[in-house]
Amino acid sequence: MNRQHVDILIIGAGPAGLAAAIAAREDGIESLLVLERESNPGGILRQCIHNGFGLHRFKEELTGPEYAQRDIDRAKELEIDIECDTTVLAVSPDRVVTCISREKGLRFIEASAIILAMGCRERPRGALCTPGTRCAGIYSAGTAQRFVNLEGYMPGKRVVILGSGDIGLIMARRMTLQGAKVLACVEIMPFSSGLNRNIVQCLNDYDIPLYLSHTVTDIQGRERLESVTVSQVDAQRRPVPGTEMVFECDTLLLSVGLIPENELSEGAGVQISPATSGAVVTDTFETSVPGVFACGNVLHVHDLVDHVSNESFQAGHAAARFVRDSHEEKTFLRVEDGEGVRGTVPQKIQVHPQEAVTLMFRPSGVFRNASAVISCGGKELLRRKAMIFTPGEMAAYTLKPDAFDGLDGSEPVVVRIEKGAE
Amino acid sequence: MSMEQVITCINCPVGCRITVTLNDANEVISVKGNTCPRGEKYAHQECTLPLRMITAVIPVENSAIPLSVKTAEPVPKRLISQVMEELRAVQISVPISLGQVVLPNVCDTGVNIVATRPLQ
Repeated sequence: MNRQHVDILIIGAGPAGLAAAIAAREDGIESLLVLERESNPGGILRQCIHNGFGLHRFKEELTGPEYAQRDIDRAKELEIDIECDTTVLAVSPDRVVTCISREKGLRFIEASAIILAMGCRERPRGALCTPGTRCAGIYSAGTAQRFVNLEGYMPGKRVVILGSGDIGLIMARRMTLQGAKVLACVEIMPFSSGLNRNIVQCLNDYDIPLYLSHTVTDIQGRERLESVTVSQVDAQRRPVPGTEMVFECDTLLLSVGLIPENELSEGAGVQISPATSGAVVTDTFETSVPGVFACGNVLHVHDLVDHVSNESFQAGHAAARFVRDSHEEKTFLRVEDGEGVRGTVPQKIQVHPQEAVTLMFRPSGVFRNASAVISCGGKELLRRKAMIFTPGEMAAYTLKPDAFDGLDGSEPVVVRIEKGAE
Repeated sequence: MSMEQVITCINCPVGCRITVTLNDANEVISVKGNTCPRGEKYAHQECTLPLRMITAVIPVENSAIPLSVKTAEPVPKRLISQVMEELRAVQISVPISLGQVVLPNVCDTGVNIVATRPLQ
């Protein structure tokens, strides 16, 4: 059986994997391999043909394929080895990766460091417990996006969209522009988690109604979807009887959340955070398994690819250091979610960090004129006011290494949102 | 006579509701409800000549994979359906390079439609 060794092995050639690979190679790592299960690198960006990517990183608005191409070109310049059509089957705690491809068959690859960059998956219909028949015509929004943008198929002609996250909104516009009729976008929450820009430019521009505090309560159809029933919900998100509306449609798109894809990580024994559904990591993006790093949407679901790239460059640099340096035992400060905060990453910061640390989290609700406060024991490390915090926008604050002076790990670092005066 | 238009600002998550008053000549008389200068600028543009980037995919003759394209610059919003119409008539075959002009001067806007990916 084939057995080879590499210094750094990266799983996934989406924006996270590419950025991590570029950073590691720029740090002088020669023995570097990226495995990708699709036939081309670029990840989900390849199907995100709309623009708005790269504003932070490149100071211009690119489409998804254009953003991806920049990293693909850079990886090519650096002669980074990306093996496509290769699926990773397992990762072991001692960093042996089992992978398979048509070309090379089954292989075991030992790595000094592994970077997990597998991205995320869409929450499926089964997770919603929506009653109704098991007919054709129900797709996750990202699947429909792949059909339309990459494969050139239209999934249907009359469409209802459940969920008003950005992918659902973007697909409302895409389906309309490619000739379908989008009847409604239905959101169970009293607010949309999508960007205002997408509400305006994907729904309002095409007169597509957005039903807030509504959900799909029945799905009808024998072979193919024939109609969906939409009902209003109360404050506890229970359907209100008597408010039913029936939409005749052949397609229902689900845009109801993303979940980091951590089957491989769990197999490797990586500790998973219930708040992010991604790995618990240190400020160098190292997981609970030594030498295994995680970055991008497999770590926590981002809103902006720019942040994915930035995080993944750091993970790539950290993995390069891990390969090169001796590993001494470190002590860590624990990071905890305080009031109004969910899923802070990283969850651990080494005592006396060498480099600046960026703490990222999602607000647990909408807070106006509030402050983000990071503190440890009695000491306030950072306080920043903002006009608005919303769950739809990840917050990120960077602390210089000296902000952690004098902290020994006996008390946790707490991130919270302090409500301001109304 | 003046006319009021209420729009949602798209610059940031605050999403200010901005009320714009226009005169008969479609000129902005007043902008209210914005909380920053970016909102005022957006409101002016959105109520006088709203612009949009258009992205789409078009079929390619000798490729099973469609080509993703965009307007190289934003174009007037009222032209969206006409731009899509002109795009449907485009005939193109591989190889196509990123940034290649697929359709020059779409709808007489002076804006080109360009490829957003290479396609071999």
